[in-house]
Amino acid sequence: MRLLNLRVNGDALSTAAPAHWTLLEVLRYRLGLTGSKQGCDKGDCGACTVLVDGKPVLSCLTLAALVEGREVTTIDGLMPAHIRAGGTGADPVQEAFDRCGALQCGFCQPGMMLSARALLNRTPHPTRAEIKDALAGNLCRCTGYTQILQAVELVIAEAGGAAVVPTDWRAELEQ
Amino acid sequence: MAARDNHGNTPPWGANFGVIGKPLRKVDGIAKATGAAIYTDDIQLPGMLHAKTLRSPHAHARVRSVDASAALALEGVHAVITGADMPIKYGVIPWTQDENALAVDRVRFIGDPVAAVAAVDEDTANAALKLIAVDYEVLHAFLDPFESLVRHEPAIHADRKEGNISKHVRLEFGEVDALAKSADVVLEDEYSFHGSTHAPIEPHCAVATFSADGLLTLWSATQITHYVHRALAQVLELPAQKIRVIQPCLGGAFGGKSDPFSLEFCVSKLAMVTGRPVKMLYTREEVFYAHRGRHPMFMKYRTAAQANGRITSVDAKILIDGGSYSSFGLVTTYYAGQLLTGPYDFPSYRFDSTRVFTNKPPCGPKRGHGSVQPRFAFEVQLDQLAERLKLDPIELRRVNFQGSQTRTVNGQRVTSNGFLECLDSVERASGWKKKRAKLPFGRGLGVAGSMYISGTNYPVYPNKMPQAGVQLKLDRSGVVTVFTGGNDIGQGSNSMCAYIVAEELGVPVEHVRVVAADTDLCPVDLGAYSSRVTFMVGNATIDACRKVRRQIVAAVAKKWAVDPGRVRLMPGVAIDLEDPAKALSTAEAFQLAEEEFDTLGATGSYNTPTLGGDYRGGSIGASPAYSFTAHVVEASVDTETGRIQVHDVWCAHDCGRALNPMLVAGQIEGSVYMGIAEALLEEHKVNRFGLHQGPSLLDYRLPTSVDTPELHALIVESLDPEGPYGAKEAGEGPLHSSIPALSNAIFDAVGIRMKHLPFTPGRVLELLREKDALEESKSAGAAARGQA
Ligand code: FES
Ligand code: FES
Repeated sequence: MRLLNLRVNGDALSTAAPAHWTLLEVLRYRLGLTGSKQGCDKGDCGACTVLVDGKPVLSCLTLAALVEGREVTTIDGLMPAHIRAGGTGADPVQEAFDRCGALQCGFCQPGMMLSARALLNRTPHPTRAEIKDALAGNLCRCTGYTQILQAVELVIAEAGGAAVVPTDWRAELEQ
Repeated sequence: MAARDNHGNTPPWGANFGVIGKPLRKVDGIAKATGAAIYTDDIQLPGMLHAKTLRSPHAHARVRSVDASAALALEGVHAVITGADMPIKYGVIPWTQDENALAVDRVRFIGDPVAAVAAVDEDTANAALKLIAVDYEVLHAFLDPFESLVRHEPAIHADRKEGNISKHVRLEFGEVDALAKSADVVLEDEYSFHGSTHAPIEPHCAVATFSADGLLTLWSATQITHYVHRALAQVLELPAQKIRVIQPCLGGAFGGKSDPFSLEFCVSKLAMVTGRPVKMLYTREEVFYAHRGRHPMFMKYRTAAQANGRITSVDAKILIDGGSYSSFGLVTTYYAGQLLTGPYDFPSYRFDSTRVFTNKPPCGPKRGHGSVQPRFAFEVQLDQLAERLKLDPIELRRVNFQGSQTRTVNGQRVTSNGFLECLDSVERASGWKKKRAKLPFGRGLGVAGSMYISGTNYPVYPNKMPQAGVQLKLDRSGVVTVFTGGNDIGQGSNSMCAYIVAEELGVPVEHVRVVAADTDLCPVDLGAYSSRVTFMVGNATIDACRKVRRQIVAAVAKKWAVDPGRVRLMPGVAIDLEDPAKALSTAEAFQLAEEEFDTLGATGSYNTPTLGGDYRGGSIGASPAYSFTAHVVEASVDTETGRIQVHDVWCAHDCGRALNPMLVAGQIEGSVYMGIAEALLEEHKVNRFGLHQGPSLLDYRLPTSVDTPELHALIVESLDPEGPYGAKEAGEGPLHSSIPALSNAIFDAVGIRMKHLPFTPGRVLELLREKDALEESKSAGAAARGQA
């Protein structure tokens, strides 16, 4: 057992866990922050992505002890952070994913949305290729990624105040 | 067909919908976005134990004995169970129940479960597994389906009359051979489809509790709660009334969570013997071995046609590698033949399909169950036919279109059919006429078409009860709760129910609560498979809504002293169509109805009409409606490296009416992504010992955002006469023709026929070399003739 002093979603939290436990295990099974998902437990899928000091990190490959003293953000913390910053409701990334239909089963999406959030924090106006690159470590088995890319682009457009023309999948037929 | 089953494709009050057809959010979207949604592994109960499975290291062996005494003696271990604790067999198809939760006397693939341990934590459970001693007598392992066809000793399932044959079906319709003889052109060729797996990002997980008064509760990542409920009762020998099965939020399935799985029985039994809650979460490696993925198939097709392209005869012979258990295999064997008979019309058809057992992870239903593989073979053959007849491949498909309101050669009823519009749509969107056969060498376009079922009229266990049931509860506050046994596996079926309730009862979608997939709370539904949910649960929801709607309308009409025909329920308000100033909120309307009729609620159900051909197996593949799809793929081939790059895929899908076009587009895109992925990258394969070649999400190569081509989802709405508001399926059909369309694009690009999956660079280079050699010998021959 090891005593862990962590900073998660703005809170200082202490817990104890076996020394070999990963950050993902501690978040989910000690701190009850089950928003972060485990898809493979070996660094292949990205479902467990969290932000450590603002950078996306695979929490299933990160020993919990290694992030002591650093700021961990999980999907559970995005909405509260947005509210603390004066916003209402969920983070614009979360909203956009919902509005664009990107959340099918949703299991990959906590990691996906955090990767997207980290990208937008460092590059507010990424190109489509840059978005794809930033999300390439997050596997999604449901969407084919299209609606995910649309969601990220929606956040960018709305942050810039642009009006967004909704996709019409039937337009082609009516021509 | 009972009148209750058909509500027409337009509501009696007209088709100016307030909710249906709009790209609305999902009811569970924001919970998923914020991490609040609870999946099975998110459940933690006080005192919960963790369970692990010991699996066979041999592909085929007799289990002589299992000694768990050392494991049981380990501190922290609470129980070890083996096959002897649950000897009763189960299987999703009642006629072919050949699985045990834990091996009884035989293991049939590497990874077959042998024993399960419950301990205070996972580490202790894993340590205990190492202490279990199993004495195996290794048997000959069948790893080649062609061997299983002819060699039956040692039988993989000893009690089967047909040795290692799992199922054989041969059906013939019309004058197959005579018509082939009289045809202008006959094509014969061989094709093969490799194994692929679902790889949902959420691994299988189950949690069970057993109360002091004998009630078993199971939370499981399943896509068919009802069958798990039945299987638990059977295997655990508990009355069904003592079992409750709940599907929490589900992290993807694609058919891979349709069977009852070993872990569901193990956690239940372990909870019963320990008196503690028990959880088991499969590792990713275990998910690969649990499998139930796409069956490898070896296929021969002979297609005969007239010079104008009209197909006259199709003859198919198919060998199916089933892996070690039956699973849905009986249905797979039928589907491999039964689902080919559209969107084209041909007067004669024969198929002979045989599923064999091998000592590999068991195959089962993966998105497009049983019909993706034959569709690949047939649509490539149609392209070969177009080449031979010098016809445009789209034209060839048009010429053979079967039409709507018709019957297929194998006696299936086809109602709506938007296939021609699908073809038009992809032809136009892709720029087919400008590009096909006109792009520079190395880049090309290919087309293919397909059809799929919207549910099946064949319930897995024969019964005459509804296939879908829905219950409504209306609250004075204006909230409606809908209870459905349907399984939302990410496709959005809970949202679909909410949209229908909102449309029918005039409530905003956010005032509809959906309680789903809980056997204690919800009426039975047969679950999320065969693309049945929108069609069947949707119809059942309409059915329930219409009953209670009548009451609301009557109460409001009485209050206003007007004819009920004048009352219209809109999202949030009831209005008088002739006097719009008269309006009541939904809550007020509900309260009037409650005063008038007592507590408000209703049930609704759906059952298919009698369908299917008049022959043995004629109801398998019979669906109340079929969806249709056309794909055009644009791809290029690097002739140096053999690498294929898919640039764009246009997929037009006839889903009847799109209840939510955004969710339909998501299903189309996800299907196309999955089809292209299994064509190019994925392969579920074992080595010569039966060991999986790469049971990880790195080795089993799922495409990332960077690898995925541009996907263009095009919705075609043919308005089915019997679907809910005319809707049909969208979750599986759009996968089918993506794969042959890619093969056909490769032919257009570089002139080679990809007839065997997956399309690896090695295979491309080999075919390119063959083609070059052939052309060289041809030109050498021509030169020689020139000299002579
Ligand atoms: S769970 Fe961490 S990468 Fe898959
Ligand atoms: S939404 Fe299901 S895996 Fe991405």
